[in-house]
Amino acid sequence: MANLTIEHKLNIFLVLLLLVLPAIALILDEPFYITLATKVVILALAGVGLNLALGLGGLGSFGHAAFFGIGGYIAGILASHSLNAELMFSVLGVEFDGTTNMLLIWPLALLVSALVAVFIGYFSLRTKGVYFIMITLAFAQMIYYFAIAWPAYGGEDGLSIYVRNQFLGLNTLDPIIFYGICFSLLMSVLLLVWRLKNSHFGSALQAARQNEQRLAAVGIPPFGIKLTAFVISAMITALAGALFADLNRFVSPDMLSWHTSGEIMIFVILGGVGRLFGPVVGAGLFILFEYFLGGLTEHWALFLGIVLLAVVLFARGGLVGLIAGEVKHD
Amino acid sequence: MKKLAIAVALGLTMSAVSLQLLASPVKVGMITTLTGGGASLGIDIRDGFMLAVKQAGNADLSVVVEDDARKPPLAVQIADKMIQREKVDILTGIVWSNLAMAVVPSAVAQGKFYLSPNAGPSALAGKRCHKNYFNVAWQNDNLHEAMGSYASNEGFTKPYILAPNYPAGKDALVGFKRMFKGEASGEIYTKLGQKDYAAEIAQIRASGADSIYFFLPGGMGISFMKQLTQSGIKLPVMGPAFSFDQGILKAVGKAALGVKNSSQWSKDIDNVANQAFVKSFNSEYGRLPSLYASQGFDTANLILSAMKTADVKDADAFRTALLAANFDSVRGDFKFNANQHPIQNIYVREVIEENGILTNKIVATALENHGNVYASECSL
Amino acid sequence: MTAILLLEQLLNGLQFAMMLFLMSAGLTLVFGVMGLINLAHGVLYMVGAFACAIIAGLTGSFWLGLLASLVAAAMAGALVEVGVIRKLYRRDHLDQVLATYALILIFSGGTRWLFGAFPLYLDVPQILSTPVNLFGLLDYSSYRLFIIAVGIAVALGLYFLIARTRLGMRIRAGKSDREMIAALGVDIRTLYTLVFALGAALAGLAGALLGALQSVEVGMGDSVLILAFVVIVIGGIGSIKGAFIGALLVGLVDTMGRFLLPYLFALVLPPDSAASIGGALSSVAIYILMAVILIVKPKGLIAANG
Repeated sequence: MANLTIEHKLNIFLVLLLLVLPAIALILDEPFYITLATKVVILALAGVGLNLALGLGGLGSFGHAAFFGIGGYIAGILASHSLNAELMFSVLGVEFDGTTNMLLIWPLALLVSALVAVFIGYFSLRTKGVYFIMITLAFAQMIYYFAIAWPAYGGEDGLSIYVRNQFLGLNTLDPIIFYGICFSLLMSVLLLVWRLKNSHFGSALQAARQNEQRLAAVGIPPFGIKLTAFVISAMITALAGALFADLNRFVSPDMLSWHTSGEIMIFVILGGVGRLFGPVVGAGLFILFEYFLGGLTEHWALFLGIVLLAVVLFARGGLVGLIAGEVKHD
Repeated sequence: MKKLAIAVALGLTMSAVSLQLLASPVKVGMITTLTGGGASLGIDIRDGFMLAVKQAGNADLSVVVEDDARKPPLAVQIADKMIQREKVDILTGIVWSNLAMAVVPSAVAQGKFYLSPNAGPSALAGKRCHKNYFNVAWQNDNLHEAMGSYASNEGFTKPYILAPNYPAGKDALVGFKRMFKGEASGEIYTKLGQKDYAAEIAQIRASGADSIYFFLPGGMGISFMKQLTQSGIKLPVMGPAFSFDQGILKAVGKAALGVKNSSQWSKDIDNVANQAFVKSFNSEYGRLPSLYASQGFDTANLILSAMKTADVKDADAFRTALLAANFDSVRGDFKFNANQHPIQNIYVREVIEENGILTNKIVATALENHGNVYASECSL
Repeated sequence: MTAILLLEQLLNGLQFAMMLFLMSAGLTLVFGVMGLINLAHGVLYMVGAFACAIIAGLTGSFWLGLLASLVAAAMAGALVEVGVIRKLYRRDHLDQVLATYALILIFSGGTRWLFGAFPLYLDVPQILSTPVNLFGLLDYSSYRLFIIAVGIAVALGLYFLIARTRLGMRIRAGKSDREMIAALGVDIRTLYTLVFALGAALAGLAGALLGALQSVEVGMGDSVLILAFVVIVIGGIGSIKGAFIGALLVGLVDTMGRFLLPYLFALVLPPDSAASIGGALSSVAIYILMAVILIVKPKGLIAANG
């Protein structure tokens, strides 16, 4: 235990918090707080996705709402076809139906988002810095306006799922069970990202952020490394999007808007860029402030702004940075 | 004789029971837009609703209000909180169709009542209608249908029609064309949230249209009207009430004078309830009520009327009481269609200046006792 | 379609472009000189529009309102620079994003609190309220012509300021080397405040000018902000010339797209699907433009800082 840094201790504390708080809410029979915790966990997962690109790779994507929304729409579209018992499409006589099985929805969401991310990333990664921020925004906006105008799945009105999708026969409408699913996924992904960070790939990615020439000199093409990171990052955010659709039992183009991209980025920066648990802290505090201030006053946005401003002025490196200090290179 | 006595005794007991039940309080959760773009609509709905609550002075009715900031996920979160934590019996307040679509289906599936004071998407009127969902305002197509019918009657043959490129915009133009006999001289779908209409106005000028019909809610409509006046085009303008209602007229300015707009309510509808409403709203908040305020006011009075005859915990009885719509609507005659949307008159109003204030007066009745075309798809 | 309609649409595109230029000139200056990503730029646009509407409402004079918009936005800009932005220059771009996002929330929330949620009234001045006849061909809004003129005047003024004046020399020096200019004894803090206030004033002017044509309400700056970023990225960040070219491209592509795309689709599709598909495609035309330009020229059309 003596080898644990403050950041390690903080991470353990956060995991315990995410385990204990919903349990307390369950005992007190306050299902809403479980729902709120689920929202935090899902948005944190979206942030973890972006953090991989932003924190490790230095890729400030302002278009991750595209992947969040794609995940959501995959869940929504599959479920709506299944619930209406309509055929989705057929290719060469093979018929594809919708489904309400999360174990089929997730892989499809990952696959589709990966394909889109390869496309967006291939073009966007030719640019850097603010140009990268804006070109990713451009691609996301194209998808956003397409979703608003496309009538088949509700356009701006969005698409209702009515009931949650299925997972191994569990009652997913029970808040604590759905929380358990989301929490497990978040933990698995965090583990994966931690392994990635400490792998050869992770070192190469961080090297690509710091000095591309040097990386190229040792024979590793930075473009491939960065594209891979971008695609994995997109897939994680898409998974979060699929869960978010199930949480709300609803998807709409709002998930694809630049406000959503901005909020995901805010979670990451608020918590601490490049910190493993940064997005968890960021999403948690953002949602809590939004919730409590929203209950107190209709001017909640003003106070939220003041809180965020205070954090960024007084806590360098986000909240995790404030608590755990400068990054230690281990 | 003995039987009668038992029957009387039983009856007394039952009425005692039901009297006791009637006392069970009703908690209403209002989710509406109080900040950001379009906040004035939510504020009017809330103020109209709360005015009725205050006037009734019924201690059994309590209301919690929260701001959805026009974000669907936030509206869902507030609905979850109100259902799971505040244990409300009835939800209401949502302004926008897309937020209603996010909240309503799951709320009614959980056994809560939802009374819509504004949005009326076709999806909730037709196949997806629900016994716990009531619309107290209109089905989305209604005001557009009314204007289509009016445009025909007025002898317009080549209107230019435009709306934003999203479902409500498409419903609007479809609704207008449904009742309009003839062909539009042109139709455009604009970008949602667009503020500059120079390109569209140039096309209208070149099209040889004899009139303009537009559905551009909120700031979009204000921008369009200002720019239309600027351009020097002097064609007759028609629209649904949204761009010419009390809350927004001041910002549109004199550009709006003479515009014909369709509405199920107007402050000059001559009935006791309405005149009292306009007066008390004005003295309570220091401004004239809008269409949205009238819808909020009616929604609250509908709930209050149902509380008089049924207990909210007895869902079937309460539903029947709501369906009876036994209240004095400020718009006059009001009853529910089979799909629990209004059957009502829709008027055409003209924007006038009255004591230095821009406002509306009714000039025609476009549709009488009008329901909606989706009722046949609803299985209720 | 006639040549006259085409001409009118070109003028419309030009007017939109000039408005975009006013917005993006300040944004690109602030980025070029101080290296700051300022999301709160759209808020200054709103401040200008509100100041103009309120003063014009009180005095009855649009021109006083216009003056008020410059003053109010410049003051708000200077205040924000001294109070908050100054602490962010040495920070990561991401910290700047979060801080200026917070400023959007604070300004929007504050304005909502002070002035309510109902849109304000602001109309064009009497003298510019009637259309003028151009070359005997078409009637065109004199107010829109006025906006075009203001845009061109501001562009020329900025060119002169930066190329010919002492302040401009310092701004150019500040762009290329911050330490150097400090070593030369220039009070860099004042210079930064000045540049920021100048950018803010231009945004406020744009807000006031456009407020007379559009709705004046909280949140009006959000969509303009995104457009301004599109413009400066296309043009090349930090370059006023780039911002001017970018604004022209975006203004013309957006206006002509909205006008021509439904036309083109109507040749092959029934009218209502042509309107719908054409409308959808024209909504994204400028984003397609930006993506294509950045794919070909990853640093924008005019790379200012090498």
